[in-house]
Amino acid sequence: MRLLLAAFLTLTAACTAKAALHKTSVVNDMAVTAAAFPQTLSEYGFFTDNAAQHPAWGVTPYRLNTPLWSDGTEKLRFVYLPAGSKANAQGDGLLDLPVGAALIKTFKMQGRLIETRVLLHRAGGWTALPYVWNAQQTEAQLALAGTRINLVTPLGQAISYAVPNKNQCKECHATAGVLTPIGPKARNLSTAWLADMHAAGRLDAVPAAGRRIPLWEDRAKVPVADTARGWLDVNCAHCHKPGGAASNSGLYLGWEVADPAALGVGKRPVAAGRGAGDLAFGVVPGDPDHSILVFRMASLEGGVAMPELGRATVDPDGLAAVRAWITAMR
Amino acid sequence: MRMPATLFAAVSALALAAPLYAKTVPVPAGEGAQARLQEALILADAGDVVQLGAGRFALTDGLSLDAKGVTLRGMGMDATVLDFSGQQGAGEGLLVTSDDVTLRDFAIENTKGDGIKSKGADNIVYYRLRVTWTGGPKETNGAYGLYPVESTGVLIDGCKVSGASDAGIYVGQSKAITVRYNYVESNVAGIEIENSRDALVSGNLVTRNTGGILVFDLPSLPVMGGGNTLIEGNMVVGNDTPNFAPKGNIVAGVPRGTGVMVMANDHVAIRGNTLVDNPTAQMLIVAYPNAFTDPRYNPFPRQIAIGANRIVGGGDDPQIPGGDQLKAAFGGALPALVWDGLGGKDALTVEAKLAGLSLNLPQQGAAATAARPEGMAFAPMPVMALPGPVGAPAALDARARP
Repeated sequence: MRLLLAAFLTLTAACTAKAALHKTSVVNDMAVTAAAFPQTLSEYGFFTDNAAQHPAWGVTPYRLNTPLWSDGTEKLRFVYLPAGSKANAQGDGLLDLPVGAALIKTFKMQGRLIETRVLLHRAGGWTALPYVWNAQQTEAQLALAGTRINLVTPLGQAISYAVPNKNQCKECHATAGVLTPIGPKARNLSTAWLADMHAAGRLDAVPAAGRRIPLWEDRAKVPVADTARGWLDVNCAHCHKPGGAASNSGLYLGWEVADPAALGVGKRPVAAGRGAGDLAFGVVPGDPDHSILVFRMASLEGGVAMPELGRATVDPDGLAAVRAWITAMR
Repeated sequence: MRMPATLFAAVSALALAAPLYAKTVPVPAGEGAQARLQEALILADAGDVVQLGAGRFALTDGLSLDAKGVTLRGMGMDATVLDFSGQQGAGEGLLVTSDDVTLRDFAIENTKGDGIKSKGADNIVYYRLRVTWTGGPKETNGAYGLYPVESTGVLIDGCKVSGASDAGIYVGQSKAITVRYNYVESNVAGIEIENSRDALVSGNLVTRNTGGILVFDLPSLPVMGGGNTLIEGNMVVGNDTPNFAPKGNIVAGVPRGTGVMVMANDHVAIRGNTLVDNPTAQMLIVAYPNAFTDPRYNPFPRQIAIGANRIVGGGDDPQIPGGDQLKAAFGGALPALVWDGLGGKDALTVEAKLAGLSLNLPQQGAAATAARPEGMAFAPMPVMALPGPVGAPAALDARARP
């Protein structure tokens, strides 16, 4: 008991000291780190202006070179680092963010805020929580069990947009059962942004520039294989990797994968069920129409469509890129 | 403070049996079932029981459970129905990704993909569940009814599965598995054990599927080297549903009317089963038929031990190339055991007197047209015991009781 009390006092003292030290920060560090589910997005204080998505001190916007397709939503990404902390570079892989850090991603459709997903780095690991914006666009409310919202996409498609539940967040965000961020990998971030973070003292080093995933808007200018492999890495490889949710398929679609069989070339389906359609191989070089990969990307049917979560429409440009890559394959 | 050893043991046992704040969370059917049930599954802690009420739960999205040691329980497989007829997203009805979970006494209907999938979920119990596609066998039905994968410790007991467009009960890339007392009807494969070890398949009623019980080992998967599996005391009856699997799948190649089929694998024993009127072959033992490049993979059946089984009829309408001529040559029905002839002298041992047919394929991957079939008469010979114990850990039994 005496020990417990002493620990409690130390903790309180530490918190008080911290609060005094970082007056400039309006982010509520306890909301990020405590083992609770804040009911509203405001409780974190990530934004000084919710509707305008104006970030608070310590919350830095970033973009990915090639983003995940989410029905054409516009995505606003932010990383929060508590005062005095910094991220560590890990080669061209995921930035190592300290406990107390958060990743924040807001989805906008046709100018309206739809949902904001937060990834919180707590002492026990990462926690993912989804928040849904109100009609007045003033506040986002926790949606632990997810929800569905009727929306019209920029391409004019009326869809039932799915906000994932807390567990579904983990389905994509897990490696060997442990929740982890996906997006901020150095290979999918701009060198300029990494250099700025380093200059600001928020990143220990600018990671050595390996082969980077190209900018999506440059796709007409770069080799089609890079565009397609970048798209597959970002849209598929969080599950289709060893230790990912689709590890048992043996189909691995990461940027770094070199084995053609692991990428689906000449690979028969395993537990795809009707997801394989009447097709025999994941990828048939030169023949996208007989490649399961293309068949599933082009489908909207539950049990067939891939990715399984996070889309109600086909990404026409992503599909075109993967088709072109397979067509050019010998 | 020093605690007497006996008291310490008693306290530990109590802690194991009932976690301190274990609670029962009732979830009735009705309005908002999707959010209420999903939220209960998210907020559940080890030892908790999420108790489903009677009635139909209309669900629009897949459910998931990621909390260790939770029991999801209904009022009975005919009383509590999770109805996915209106499902819009996700690959399965229920996904379990945590260990020590018990699923019991409810039904899952009409999922778009698989019924229940558990992945990397050790020591899981599926007890008295029903998974059905109510429109009967159709290519548009989900692939698997019950689908544990990449797990150690799997007990599937007393379940009913019908209509799956791949396998009713599919256990993949797992070990320490028991599949018993289930009623598996009108799926493409009734029960399939794939790339798995130490499985016990016993006391199941397997009928009207395309193929009854399949034990497969496939290449290019993270886990290979299936084997040490016992198929015992099952009723495998009249599996005669035309194959309705989408063509790309390995089970699309299962001939309609197969009782028990073994593909590749090391040490599988088939004994004490009753095999009745499976029109292609009561037992079919084959090598993996396709080309492969994976150097770690052995495509041949090894030490497949056929013990005494009760054989009634069968083989009278074989769906294999040249089946009609073969049938005529064998006096109207193929013998109980059909082997592709691959795997050499280590492929098969047969304990009791049994008539067989070898297709005598020249090599692995050869087309069926290269077959040179001939009859085999097995004299009884001693079969090797399985190299290790089979079945789920005994501790799982306590969670599979009425």
